[in-house]
Amino acid sequence: MIWLGIETSNKPLSVSIVRDGQVLAEIVQNTNMTHSVTCMPAIEEVFRKANLTPVDIDAIAVSEGPGSYTGLRIGVTIAKTLAWTLRKPLAGVSSLKVLASNAELYKGIICALFDARRKNVYAAAYRGMNLETVIPEHHGSLEELLQQLKEYNDQILFVGMDVQKFKEDIQTVLGEQAKFAPSSLNLPRASKLIELAEKEPLPSLETIHSFVPKYYRLAEAEAKWLEQHQKEQS
Amino acid sequence: MENLILAIETSCDETAASVVRNGNEILSNVVASQIESQKRFGGVVPEIASRHHVEQITIVIEEALAKANIVPSDLDAVAVTEGPGLVGALLIGINAAKAFAFAHGLPIIGVHHIAGHIYATALVEEMQFPLLALVVSGGHTELVYMKEHGSFEVIGETRDDAAGEAYDKVARVLNLPYPGGPHIDRMAHEAKRGVEFPRAWLEDSYDFSFSGLKSAVINYKHNLEQRGEKIVPEEIAKGFQDSVVEVLTTKTVRAAKDFGVKQVIVAGGVSANRGLRESLRKALEQEGIPFTAPPLNLCTDNAAMIAACAAYMYEAGVRSDLSMNGLPGKELKSWIGENDNLRQS
Ligand SMILES: [Zn+2]
Repeated sequence: MIWLGIETSNKPLSVSIVRDGQVLAEIVQNTNMTHSVTCMPAIEEVFRKANLTPVDIDAIAVSEGPGSYTGLRIGVTIAKTLAWTLRKPLAGVSSLKVLASNAELYKGIICALFDARRKNVYAAAYRGMNLETVIPEHHGSLEELLQQLKEYNDQILFVGMDVQKFKEDIQTVLGEQAKFAPSSLNLPRASKLIELAEKEPLPSLETIHSFVPKYYRLAEAEAKWLEQHQKEQS
Repeated sequence: MENLILAIETSCDETAASVVRNGNEILSNVVASQIESQKRFGGVVPEIASRHHVEQITIVIEEALAKANIVPSDLDAVAVTEGPGLVGALLIGINAAKAFAFAHGLPIIGVHHIAGHIYATALVEEMQFPLLALVVSGGHTELVYMKEHGSFEVIGETRDDAAGEAYDKVARVLNLPYPGGPHIDRMAHEAKRGVEFPRAWLEDSYDFSFSGLKSAVINYKHNLEQRGEKIVPEEIAKGFQDSVVEVLTTKTVRAAKDFGVKQVIVAGGVSANRGLRESLRKALEQEGIPFTAPPLNLCTDNAAMIAACAAYMYEAGVRSDLSMNGLPGKELKSWIGENDNLRQS
């Protein structure tokens, strides 16, 4: 079974080809170049390194969100176009879970988060080798998340590129309860994404057309429109 | 010329794909519009447009291939709008095009959206050079001179609002639903008389300006309201349209004569406007200059026009690569006579 994995949910980029659980080729990078420029050349490169062609793969896994809207759309558009035209199943995995899986050997709670601006975050918390969900993927205030985590009688490991920005806030609320992952674990890896996708049954080909990113938020204009509409109706 | 091209266009709020043979035979031309969704906001919201494109993109490409009854291995190249346009929207078409091209080992060609609009003409008849194109849309008002295929010289353009933008703004002043252009066109035809609005001539230039006209419309309506007088929207619509059409027609005819062109074409979303088409047809007929206005479905955004343009680029050896990015402000550049630019930036 040969997988192609694509992860572009935030600033870092990762693509990987994995055959029967073995990583054949992987790219992990964290530069300021847009995924629109870097992602397809990176995919071409892992195929070349793995000495495979697009038709050789059996399935595609992609980070489905949350994350940067544009970043997610680039990865998902590439993944669903490849999956549709090559007639291969497409599996979506939570981008927060992909990140948390870097630290799956940790004994306590693993909290993955991305900055969503104005002291808001996309976040989730997991526990154990199987990454059982403690707090599901959501968009909300950092403060609320920290208060929620404080209730657990456990050490909490924070992972993610953006954790550094919130280190002070985290320590203020959680003190010694908070631990911070070494920076090498803060970059998502497409091979981990594939590992997670492999644990779930393969989705049918019929689901490819309707595959979209999980934004966890309405577009601003849509939220305003709904608010206005509900006011008019009440 | 012999080639078969799949083109994708997502520069604004239409998700479109098309298969065209030899640059002039449309095998399929699929357009999924977002108008119903964008209507709620009175205009195109970029984030909403991008979300819709992701939902539609593979469905639209599949339909284009199925209707054309071809498989990927029949194709010679994949073309896609590289810009100008909404960057988030462009990126969906571009990345889908790149992924599709990579999956099937096909070359990829990035096309300028305005060049595409101009090449809609090639789907109707052979283009006659030298040629003058009036490109009028929501984002553009330009006079483009073409010496031959692949050669573009912008000889005049708007200094402020695009014609389509002015239409949308005036439509909003008149409380017309989005998109406002067709409503103004219809109302202008229903009116018996039009309000007298100014014309911005910008002497000794082929440039345009529509912001003064827009302000004049707003002031006129405001003054009537203040005096408690009755507003006849049809008369405002006609006055506005008459001003826009007269300036566009006069400048186009003058440029056509100055440059001695063999054909004038009108392209872009606003070229669907009946008032503008009739005026240009009449004025150019008087001068004995052949005039072409592509059918309405090829004037609004579509992918067949992108494929038609790409067919000529393909013949000229123009190729992009997998690092192609969306260029929201991409300039209209010639693809011939500039070998350094042949491999596009
Ligand atoms: Zn257009």
